[in-house]
Amino acid sequence: MSLNKLTIAAARDGLKAGEFTSVELTESCLSAIEGADALNAYCAKTPEIALEQAKAADARIAGGDAPAMCGIPLGIKDLFCTKGVASQAASRILEGFKPEYESTVTQNLWDAGAVMLGKLSMDEFAMGSSNETACYGPVVNPWKVDDRQLTPGGSSGGSAAAVAADLCLGATGTDTGGSIRQPAAFTGIVGIKPTYGRVSRWGVVAFASSLDQAGPMTKSVRDAAIMLGTMASNDAKDSTCVDFPVPDFEAALTGDIRGKKIGIPKEYRMDGMPAEIEKLWNDGAAMLRDAGAEIVDISLPHTKYALPAYYVIAPAEASSNLARYDGVRYGHRAHLGAGEGIVDMYEKTRAEGFGPEVQRRVMIGTYVLSAGFYDAYYNRARRVRALIKRDFDLAFEAGIDAILTPATPSSAFGLGEMKDADPVEMYLNDVFTVTVNLAGLPGISVPVGLDAKGLPMGLQLIGRPWGEGDLLNQALVLEKAAGFTAKPEKWW
Amino acid sequence: MSIDIDTARKVAHLARIRVAEDDLPKLAEQLSGILTFMEQLNEVDVEGIEPMTSVTPMRLKRRVDEVTDGSYPEKILANAPDAREGFFAVPKVVE
Repeated sequence: MSLNKLTIAAARDGLKAGEFTSVELTESCLSAIEGADALNAYCAKTPEIALEQAKAADARIAGGDAPAMCGIPLGIKDLFCTKGVASQAASRILEGFKPEYESTVTQNLWDAGAVMLGKLSMDEFAMGSSNETACYGPVVNPWKVDDRQLTPGGSSGGSAAAVAADLCLGATGTDTGGSIRQPAAFTGIVGIKPTYGRVSRWGVVAFASSLDQAGPMTKSVRDAAIMLGTMASNDAKDSTCVDFPVPDFEAALTGDIRGKKIGIPKEYRMDGMPAEIEKLWNDGAAMLRDAGAEIVDISLPHTKYALPAYYVIAPAEASSNLARYDGVRYGHRAHLGAGEGIVDMYEKTRAEGFGPEVQRRVMIGTYVLSAGFYDAYYNRARRVRALIKRDFDLAFEAGIDAILTPATPSSAFGLGEMKDADPVEMYLNDVFTVTVNLAGLPGISVPVGLDAKGLPMGLQLIGRPWGEGDLLNQALVLEKAAGFTAKPEKWW
Repeated sequence: MSIDIDTARKVAHLARIRVAEDDLPKLAEQLSGILTFMEQLNEVDVEGIEPMTSVTPMRLKRRVDEVTDGSYPEKILANAPDAREGFFAVPKVVE
């Protein structure tokens, strides 16, 4: 087997046992990347940095001082600032931007000896569910069952495609409304969004600050546990990042979930839900029951209002966060004609630099925050958000340990198929994931089966706040029982 | 609530995004569609519910108000489209 196909856990063990070096592992990934331009997953390749880091990792492993992530080659979502390496959030407005600093998450990974293969494409500013809003053009899903090219999902579509196609051992993602979990489900990999505050947001380009959270996207649940343990930290640079100690998530993977109560929320049984998704959900519940968990029907009555609340709050925060892109300090500045002033500069720069979906969201956010509408839209949405969170609080208070839902309303769709759709139709992709961001909870997407077309489908487990260890353990049980081992056939 | 062309023009200006006159009708239609979707929130009884401001009930971290960082203007200016003599340069603001 080529080394690039290894899991993080297997590579860690192999490196430690001296079976191969990080340089060999890294070279294997780099050559896989070279042969995969058709997927368009990497928007910047950093082979020189990778080999340098791999050499350093090999020296560290030889010296006996090797943390779990030492020598592991990773892809990094373009939303993370990486010092001296293009970090563009897949937007034209950040063209040419090379940060003078490193995000906390990536710094944690490099401190642990991980290796950066390059930057991964995404929807522009993480706004999208199909990777089609990236300024680099869409990423293509390695899964292919007919002549169509499929979306890897979004916004972390480059990360998902790269992990599924073995172009790295794991990747960083970020999740504001489902941007880790939906692409993970579309590509048959694992993705976890941690509890809000578990992982530092410092140096991650901001979309909606009260919802954004970074997490790992990996080939297995164990890998997610290992990588999350390195990404998470306490950080004085992010005042919303908590000071709780980071637990050993891998140690929580006991495989024992006997007596755990798993809730099945009736509100997630949507009208018109494909029979295959419904069956997958029932199968998943049966797998957890067989492992000794108790399956309990629950109600989360405000679920229906999560999407509209999200599409008020997220654009409102985005309109504020994206005000900084004005052509003054970094990135693109429009060319000005004679007599044009500073307002022309702002307006032309932002019109040229932002794509249509980002422009729409900034304008919606501006509208809902404007005088006269702030209470009617923004404050109302924040009050509904409090009710959505209360639904979950009540379920956990009643003894529920985790909640099982579908991850997405369908499997991957074709690139371009949503081109003429109403923007709201695209938003429906987030229907099962967005509640988790609003309530700040941890959520994980686990591949559980293939649909009739042969495309992967995932289930989502939602955990208690700060309960990532338990959540990963429940996900491990689901992963084992489902026995999902399918990989996309190489066509690229 | 629907957004007419004048409102779309005003919102675009507030957001400092130039939108061509010809593109305003389509934009107004799309923004109206999104707002209609949000109207569902009016069905919810939010009487007595405080707006949610933080995910975890905790006091935001405090620190001493002192300078902990800085003194590298060249790094701050490194990515500027136009920087001169240690400053960001922009078109004339004051006549």
